[in-house]
Order: sequence, then structure tokens, then C-alpha cells
Amino acid sequence: MNLVQAVEEGFRKDIIGFNVGDTVRVSVKVVEGDKERIQPFEGVVIARRGSGTRETFMVRKVSFGIGVERIFPLWAPAIEKVEVLKKGRVRRAKLYYLRSKKGKAAKIKEKERERERE
Amino acid sequence: MIAILGKKLGMTQIFTEDGKTCPATVIEAGPCCVIQVKTLDNDGYEAVKVGFLEREEKKVKKPLAGVFKKAGTRAYVVLREFPMGGLKVGEFVTVERFLKGDKVKVAGISKGKGFQGVMKRHNYSGGPGSHGSMFNRAPGSIGASSFPSRVWKNKGMPGHMGSVKITVRNLEIVDVRPDQNLLLIRGAVPGAKGTYLEIRREI
Repeated sequence: MNLVQAVEEGFRKDIIGFNVGDTVRVSVKVVEGDKERIQPFEGVVIARRGSGTRETFMVRKVSFGIGVERIFPLWAPAIEKVEVLKKGRVRRAKLYYLRSKKGKAAKIKEKERERERE
Repeated sequence: MIAILGKKLGMTQIFTEDGKTCPATVIEAGPCCVIQVKTLDNDGYEAVKVGFLEREEKKVKKPLAGVFKKAGTRAYVVLREFPMGGLKVGEFVTVERFLKGDKVKVAGISKGKGFQGVMKRHNYSGGPGSHGSMFNRAPGSIGASSFPSRVWKNKGMPGHMGSVKITVRNLEIVDVRPDQNLLLIRGAVPGAKGTYLEIRREI
């Protein structure tokens, strides 16, 4: 491992594994004045890109009929935790097609195996 | 002045203490061994010659080997002189002399660009790209006619670009790691990976 990678490793956070298609709840630390609170953001992971400290993931949710997408750096200190609510079964790495889908068409099937275990 | 020699290792992105992302260049800096101290009496000016990156003694050319022999130090790859004081031969300059938040100057040899035209080399605007235009990336007129009847000196022309010493001022140190001899500087510094750099801080 070279020294540049070693510098990046210093920022590594052990975030539980999640994949594209999963429904997640991201707990984001928000600083308001001198107070800090946790703001949850719940939605479907539609993309993951980059590696090392530059790795980001994009979460999409539909809020009051309006699509909202947020991009988070995976190792950002502001991300408290990422909880996986549902594992989704998807066939591609980027789910940008969800933007043009509405209602039932925008639904992602849950992973079969995960359901059996429950 | 505080100065050190370094080697550019590459760029990455880090998170600052307030959680923001920050582009950073990772530099392996020092330890630099003092080879010679130049004094006003002896040399007419005050400076310190430092060496960076050890080299096997048998690989050093004989005239240079004499310099290291006289100093009684090991052999080094890069030698530079800086106007610093308060150092003795054999002492080491390390990154510990720098602090987080310091503003520094970084000098190095920039990436070579080869033979380039005036648009890339001198930021000329060129001509239209289409609509039958045949004046695309040409420099255009290079001067007037009967006066001066010649081309002015320093007129920007195509030619070799890059591979020259560039100094970037006012760069911020975002982290110092003495255990690994690393300096992290916000933003870019001249040169490719592996370029030798001079890092200076005015007092």
C-alpha cells in the first residue's frame, strides 16, 4: 500500500454494507448554530461511485410527490450511520431509470432470499 | 525562512475537522540532512545546503562524493540551498518545523507539454471552429507593417511548453504527519507524481 492510500485509509469508516437498490436510512449530523442533531434521510440507493475517500452514494426518495436525491460521501464524518431497511433485487448498477417511473413502476422488488429468512 | 525538500506522491481527497471535503496533495517531505553551512565570512552569504533521499555511496559521482565525504554525512539524491540559519552540518530538517494552517510556497518542475500552439501556450482565443472558417487555432497577425518592420520581442509564438520551474504561493498545509514524514497541502502543486519539490515558509 502506498502512502497516498495510507492517508485515505485513515478516514475509513466501518459502514455496514449496502448495495444499489437497497432502501436505507442515512443518519446525517446537522449543525445548527452551536447545536448538533441527527437528521434521517430515507430512500433508495440509486448509485454508488468512486473509491477510497472519494466514494459517494446517491439516495433517492419521493417526498410529497417531488423526487429528492442526495449524494453523500461514504466516509464523511457527518454520516452517523446507514441502516439497511430493505434489500432490493436490481439488475443494474445505476438506477437512474427510476426518475422517469411513477407509482408501482418505481417500486423495487425485495430480494427473495432475504425474505425467506425472515 | 523554514524550508524542506519533498517528493510529490499524489493527490487525494480528505475530510477536514469540520467535516468538509478538501482536495489534498500528499508530499513526502524530509528528513533533509544539512550538508554544508555557508557563512558570510567564508562564502559571502548565509545559506544552508540540504540533501534529501539517501543514495548508495557507490552510485554517487566522484566529485559529488567528495562533498558528502567532507561533510561526513551519507550521500543524497537531491541537493538544494536555502537561506536558513541556526543549523549545523549533520542535523536534520523534518516536517515537524511546519504547522497545520501554515501558508507555504511550493516550487517544482511542471509537467512537460511538448510543442504547443498559441491557444494552449499563450491563451490566444483562436478563430471560429466551423461555418467554413479556415482560421481555427492559428495565432493571426503577429504585428504591424512599416513600423516596426519586425516582430516585437516576447511575442507569443508556438513552442515548447511546460517542464519549467513553477512556484505556487499561498498554499495551505492541512495536515502534518511527522511519523510518516508527510505533508498534506490543500490543492495542487506543480509537477507529476515523483517530482522533487521545495517547500518554503516565510517567517
